[in-house]
Amino acid sequence: MAVPILKQSQYLIASIQSALSDEDLVKLRDDLADLVGRQRARGVIIDVTALDVLDSFATRTLRAIVYTTKLRGAETVIVGIQPDVAQSMVQLGLTLEDVPTALDLEEGLAYLNQRLAAARGRRL
Amino acid sequence: MQREARVRIQSSADIVTARQQGRSIASEIGFSNSNLTIIATAISEIARNIVEYAKEGEAVISLINDGPRQGIQIILSDEGPGIPDTSTVMRDGFSTGRGLGIGLPGARRLMDEFEIVSEVGRGTTITMKKWIG
Repeated sequence: MAVPILKQSQYLIASIQSALSDEDLVKLRDDLADLVGRQRARGVIIDVTALDVLDSFATRTLRAIVYTTKLRGAETVIVGIQPDVAQSMVQLGLTLEDVPTALDLEEGLAYLNQRLAAARGRRL
Repeated sequence: MQREARVRIQSSADIVTARQQGRSIASEIGFSNSNLTIIATAISEIARNIVEYAKEGEAVISLINDGPRQGIQIILSDEGPGIPDTSTVMRDGFSTGRGLGIGLPGARRLMDEFEIVSEVGRGTTITMKKWIG
């Protein structure tokens, strides 16, 4: 099932609605790499609240999305990892150390606003 | 009659089906939400190994008893290339495929019991169990 991607000001919001197969995740990665350019987005939020499993493939693909969009000029933050999912990831040995995460959509937006404000400050 | 489900594993959509079946059957005997997630995640890792290395296989998910203890057993089997040295693949970080080398050792950490039997040219069978309490 494809993930709907909405544009809100200079951000893209990918809101996962149901369990995703590996192909769905790879499509999300490719769609976002493309859309960041076409929509001239500066930030991306991936909302994984609806996901009941984040296994090694999903984690690896989320990390790839963060790196890919970064190379395309946008910051990405993952929001909504559920408590049970977080615990299971830690036991499995997955940490997402180098990937920005936030509690929910609101915190994710705050994070991106802050990152963009900091980037603007550096350019002045 | 014990509850049992069989899921044919040939594609990444089947990985999702297998883990959802596992979660659903485990929920029938009252596993906590965090254990349901753990069981689903372990199934996902092993089922993906089947798709990646053996192309196809099967998951048999059943409820089990050991005296008063209740639990779930998942047997994932394939007739793929097999694993020459199972102790090597159980080490963290060992991978011959696209993976992080986390699947087998990670799944073992998630479950209470984990057994792997493999023969080169014949296939691999992984039996894993999780008990309540």
